[in-house]
Amino acid sequence: MIQYRDEIAKKWHLNMVVGQNVKAIQEKRTFPDSGIPRIQCCGNLKTEALKHTLSGEWPRMKYDHKQGRYVQDDNRDAYTGVIVGVRADEEGSRSKERYFSPRDKSNEWDIGDQPPELWNQFKTDFAPGTHLRIHPLLDWTELNIWEYIDRENIPIIDLYFDHGNGKRYRSIGCAPCTGTVDSTAKNVKDIIEELKSGKFSKIAERAGRLQDKEDGAGLESLRREGYM
Amino acid sequence: MANETSREQMNIVVVGHVDHGKSTVIGRLLTDTGSLPEGKLEQVKATCERNSKPFEYAFMLDALKDEQAQGITIDSARCFFKSKKRNYIIIDAPGHIEFLKNMISGAARAEAAVLVIDAKEGIQENSRRHGYMVSMLGIKQVVIAVNKMDLINYDQVRFESIVKDFTAFLKNVNIVPRAFVPISAREGALLIEKSPNMPWYTKLSLLDTIDSFELEKPPEDKPFRFPVQDIYKFTAMGDDRRIVAGRVESGTISVGSDVVFLPSGKKSSIKAVEGFNIPEKSKAVSGESTGFTLNTQIYIRPAEVMCSAGEQLPLVTSLFRANVFWMGHQPMIKNKKYKLKLATAQTPVWLVEIKNVLDASELSSVANKDVIERHDVAECIFQTFKPIAVDLASDFPATGRFVIVDNYEIAGGGIVLDTMGVENKLLEDHIAAREKNWERSAITTGMRWGRFGQRSTLVLIAGEMNTGKIKVAKALEQELFNNGRLTYYLGVSNTLLGIDSDMKVQGERAEYIRRLGEIAHLFTDAGLILIATVSDLDDYELDVLSKLNKPNDVLIVNIGEKRLSPNKVDLELPVNPDAVQAVAEITALLQKRNVLVEYYL
Ligand SMILES: Nc1nc2c(ncn2[C@@H]2O[C@H](COP(=O)(O)OP(=O)(O)O)[C@@H](O)[C@H]2O)c(=O)[nH]1
Ligand code: SF4
Repeated sequence: MIQYRDEIAKKWHLNMVVGQNVKAIQEKRTFPDSGIPRIQCCGNLKTEALKHTLSGEWPRMKYDHKQGRYVQDDNRDAYTGVIVGVRADEEGSRSKERYFSPRDKSNEWDIGDQPPELWNQFKTDFAPGTHLRIHPLLDWTELNIWEYIDRENIPIIDLYFDHGNGKRYRSIGCAPCTGTVDSTAKNVKDIIEELKSGKFSKIAERAGRLQDKEDGAGLESLRREGYM
Repeated sequence: MANETSREQMNIVVVGHVDHGKSTVIGRLLTDTGSLPEGKLEQVKATCERNSKPFEYAFMLDALKDEQAQGITIDSARCFFKSKKRNYIIIDAPGHIEFLKNMISGAARAEAAVLVIDAKEGIQENSRRHGYMVSMLGIKQVVIAVNKMDLINYDQVRFESIVKDFTAFLKNVNIVPRAFVPISAREGALLIEKSPNMPWYTKLSLLDTIDSFELEKPPEDKPFRFPVQDIYKFTAMGDDRRIVAGRVESGTISVGSDVVFLPSGKKSSIKAVEGFNIPEKSKAVSGESTGFTLNTQIYIRPAEVMCSAGEQLPLVTSLFRANVFWMGHQPMIKNKKYKLKLATAQTPVWLVEIKNVLDASELSSVANKDVIERHDVAECIFQTFKPIAVDLASDFPATGRFVIVDNYEIAGGGIVLDTMGVENKLLEDHIAAREKNWERSAITTGMRWGRFGQRSTLVLIAGEMNTGKIKVAKALEQELFNNGRLTYYLGVSNTLLGIDSDMKVQGERAEYIRRLGEIAHLFTDAGLILIATVSDLDDYELDVLSKLNKPNDVLIVNIGEKRLSPNKVDLELPVNPDAVQAVAEITALLQKRNVLVEYYL
């Protein structure tokens, strides 16, 4: 996954900035090593990491195209917004998102008081200091994504394909928490066929993502604090 | 089951008063059509058992902690189910009044609505309010599910009485429901199959009624509407295309067609349909996000609507009547500046008159109300600063519906009912009031002109950014000053007023123009020749400036490409003109107009 990310960054000359919860990883406050529940691990590795990386509190690494490696990013300014590819059909808490979702300074998500979105008019006026999440793919489906990948010839990682053992990944996250599905789809067209045939119509895409299972409400609370 | 791609997909929303059974209806539809992920039902049942709670179909939806804590659906959650006919995205809209905002967000996406009414409790405030909202949001296909029939012993008489009362109400708000279906969501009666408990009901079940709705087709055969979102300019590698970008909201346009941009009225024709990485195209149809290049270079800005010349055009107006619903924490009041967002236009708007406010609990109209409170639905008159291109919402939803922003928040939504011309009532009233309240001394304008030997005038130098306006302005001031004239170059317009900056915020510009007009009026009233620069001035803004500056004159110099109509411009100069030459031309013009009186004549 990371290799794929870096290759794309290189090829398209992207401004790739990454951050992580170095401390939690060093201290092994992660699943399954320390025996802490997944929800805490996600909290450490994703929510906290994203929050502090965006705010600039934690160091960011940036891909240096000249040197061909990551170097510390001198820019410590806080980002005022992020564009995230979540979809409403993925998981309970995501289905309540907005296209333009403001978070307050501490990244909190107030679900009860979200801006209305109607007639293609979105909240695009913000008080200074607002942090914004934009979800352009909110109403796409898994099938839409694959059809788009096919149509636009988007390079993807081959973990999504079966390599002969009848298994493939349908959704990819951290290794300890991502499982495979039974499938012989070997390319994008196969996957589209498979999704259309209804093979998975009763199994959620993120069914292989074990962190969703543990505690639905927990994920929801993570989301409020900034989980993607 | 049919092939997935050949299957249609429809968005439906379920609305109704709190506790009338929306979530149960949805939970039941999901379960009974076999649309749930495997194991979900068992999982929820197990959770209920663990927490020693009776199982509810509504729990299938309540993925969120908050909901379970408060026991109410707080947002429009989306879920998916399939019937034999098609796939549905179902939007569960919260019934609680506090969450009207969320209900609206959900319902605005829907093509059809299911309105749930509790047979025992009967029609409640939100049954009406939601009915009204569904109507305003433009959802035409509606079915009323009269739920909890089990609680009234499946009594046909009581069902018919609800049908009668609610039909009468719906007629008032222009909804003709497809059907009223008596159901029991909990027992699963008439949801999908016929029910032995209600043999008297022979029409379609709820699901079959929903299946009988039709998908909305993109309005291809209507007149063409293309609200301009942006103008992409290219500079790299000799590419000088200017692409007008946006989404076709209705109609079709082909290469070669004559187009007109409103509100400016500028005309051109389509040269090509542009897109990223697409084969050449000769036409674009409604629903497409695309771009166009034009055969002539005309100056237009985002927020105009491109239309097809021979077809029915939008109305250009700055005064219009509309229905609005208000969701803001603060009530909507008169004489406060709000922001209107209609299609791609954003402009300041004022509430000038409230015709009546609808009381949802009684469905009576309250006339003479002074403010529009949260959750009110009102008919009112709005004034925009500049004319905008609008349609009546009943003809063209995309250019006839708008939202109102109050202090960063979308606080209201509305539909245009009627337009009332381009008169700017607020400006006229303001100028009249200004003249009335102005304490004049004994020194008249004429006396000032005589004393100073000049007629006070505003010299406006317009044109695009960085075209040498300021250099000319300063040189002109110097020249006039050297010749003993009373003159002043208004340098603050660049920074304080912001007129000269490329205003990203469309709405703010109106205020700057107004301020410039007031300042110009003060200076010219005092007898000076005031010189100011403005970027991107359009006819309407010039009109506002001239009106505010009255009774004194305005002289317009345009540098380079112009937005103004040719007949508005007194002098045209090339980009980065020679200052000496420019000043000579301007002073010659001033002389011709008798602004500069020659003493020695
Ligand atoms: N007797 C009976 N109760 C029902 C029926 N449908 C829903 N309910 C109950 O009404 C209450 C409110 O239902 P819910 O679906 O949560 O209402 P919502 O607030 O409109 O989403 C719950 O306790 C349901 O069990 C029905 O058909 N018959
Ligand atoms: S997905 Fe698993 S490994 Fe990754 S952060 Fe969450 S719990 Fe930890």
